[in-house]
Amino acid sequence: MTTVLIAKDSGAKSVGADAVAAAFEAVGADVIRTGSRGLYWLEPMAEIDGVVYGPLTPEDAAGVLADGRKRIGPLADIPEFAQQTRMLFKRVGAMDPTDIDAYRASGGEAGLNAALALPPDAVIQAIADSGLRGRGGAGFPTGIKWRTVADTPEQQKYIVCNADEGDSGTFADRMLMEGDPYLLLEGMAIAGYAVGASKGFIYLRSEYPDAAETLTNAIANAPFLDNELDSGFRFSIELRMGAGAYICGEETALLESLEGKRGLSRAKPPLPAHAGAFGQPTVVNNVLTLAAAPIILAEGAAAHHAFGTGRSRGTMPFQLAGNIKQGGLVEAPFGITLRQLIEGFGGGTRSGRPVRAVQVGGPLGAYFPESLLDTPMDYEAFAAAGGMLGHGGVVVFDDTVDLATQARFAFAFCAHESCGKCTPCRIGAQRGVEVVDKITAGDNVDANFTVLDDLLEVMRDGSLCALGGLTPTPVESALKWFRQDFDKGARQ
Amino acid sequence: MNESADNSDIIHAIARDCLGLDGPLMEALVRINQRFGYVPKEAQAILAEVLNVSQADVAGVTGFYSDFRSAPPGSTIVQLCRAEACQAAGVAGVVKEVEAALGCAFGETRGDGAVTLEDAYCFGNCALAPAAMVDGRLIGRVDAKTLTALVKP
Repeated sequence: MTTVLIAKDSGAKSVGADAVAAAFEAVGADVIRTGSRGLYWLEPMAEIDGVVYGPLTPEDAAGVLADGRKRIGPLADIPEFAQQTRMLFKRVGAMDPTDIDAYRASGGEAGLNAALALPPDAVIQAIADSGLRGRGGAGFPTGIKWRTVADTPEQQKYIVCNADEGDSGTFADRMLMEGDPYLLLEGMAIAGYAVGASKGFIYLRSEYPDAAETLTNAIANAPFLDNELDSGFRFSIELRMGAGAYICGEETALLESLEGKRGLSRAKPPLPAHAGAFGQPTVVNNVLTLAAAPIILAEGAAAHHAFGTGRSRGTMPFQLAGNIKQGGLVEAPFGITLRQLIEGFGGGTRSGRPVRAVQVGGPLGAYFPESLLDTPMDYEAFAAAGGMLGHGGVVVFDDTVDLATQARFAFAFCAHESCGKCTPCRIGAQRGVEVVDKITAGDNVDANFTVLDDLLEVMRDGSLCALGGLTPTPVESALKWFRQDFDKGARQ
Repeated sequence: MNESADNSDIIHAIARDCLGLDGPLMEALVRINQRFGYVPKEAQAILAEVLNVSQADVAGVTGFYSDFRSAPPGSTIVQLCRAEACQAAGVAGVVKEVEAALGCAFGETRGDGAVTLEDAYCFGNCALAPAAMVDGRLIGRVDAKTLTALVKP
């Protein structure tokens, strides 16, 4: 019987993968549901003996098996896949993510076993030596965070996985949780062993019901959870759901929400590493950060450090989104340029029109013009260009985009999602919407530009957390590179 | 037994199930919202009593999160992503069409209770934008026609 791999990933299902899988079963194929390879423009996609077919409809199933209908070619020959460096995502799409035996057979648990054979301090040193930095957006060195928590004297410490992937244009966390959940759980266990925490929480956004189901199943089945391991270490994980608040992706708001409260940002200090969940020392790491730990422990810090550029080490799962011909996940070493991603992997815009603006790093990231597309994907290079790499999401806009509208949206989104604790964010975002409206309506334009500049400074410097503090980034970049869009009203 | 008494029993049971958890209030509300599709008003007093928090705490947390509806939703819930990646893929055009086709504005439940239309900010399906969710099922590359077809007659 022919074995056919078809993704169970919610993105693949969103364009009909379930019906395609049922059609293959109906014609007698042995279907294995996997994560997605991330080649979303080919979904629903089938993989048979390493050969890819897609995008498929249920009617194609018999033809695929009989005469190779909709054959794309061997996966290894598809340049958009072959040119990637799959470290974190090596299993995603290749196996049934719920199958613990398949996980072990493909190297799963090797990282945890390697960690347990070392003193906790050596585990932290390996993470530090690897150069791993937080993949959620801030890029804080993970080894330093873990060391800080390990050095606290408290008995009860926590590992909190931030799975509140709310940035538009990002879906790598979702793909990993749906496609290789045990890797995340193993990473959390390694973090727990390293810092001396026996309990972990995954705080998952409610917009990801499929990931919730996959994780619930994996938590129940992971043999390394809720059992005393060789070293006497025992770790448990609880899944907690969010409820539609973007601010809860901010680590201190997340901790408040986890504690059962409104998701209000906390003032820092104290850092979560000193007083995090329930007042105890807490490692708060993104999904991809924690998922990197097993690989670093299994393959060595040097293997991770060998990839990347400058102070951005390892690989990063970049996500191509928006108006893009070949949207999907591209895991590549840091240092690849935005142009290589958009033109090389993405094939340009889906509309076929020229790229006018690219927003990298989510709603709080900068809008870059075409002239900045050669910027390397590297934390420092992005900061130097006035942007933010963030969680690696790349949203492409064609030449029909109006950047004054996008700047207005940045303020409106901030107003909608602000927790309301600090004034610059709560009031500033609403005032921002109003000032942009005045400018685009041609009302007192020069004076209102001055007000806008002043408002941006207050929000950037005076907000409690990154929501209010970084909302100026998309607005300022729109003003800097696309000023003419704001002047339209004035000229009319 | 009337419906409200039924609801109260269910809410009591959920609250008691959550009692052993760290920070139980949020989890209790999530489960209640999942069970009913909204948070019935009697939940406030019951949760306050069982979890030993003030009613103001319960009201504050319930009101903070957009998932926690205060009234029962329509029989089909249509959520359309309005965030940047979907904007880049032309969701603005879908918005007007879908409101017209469903006869329902965003943030509202249609008069006959058949459909609730809500905006959302990112389902993580940004490579297949515009994205929507219909009763928890993710839909990629949506237009007004596909969304309308998914609403039960």
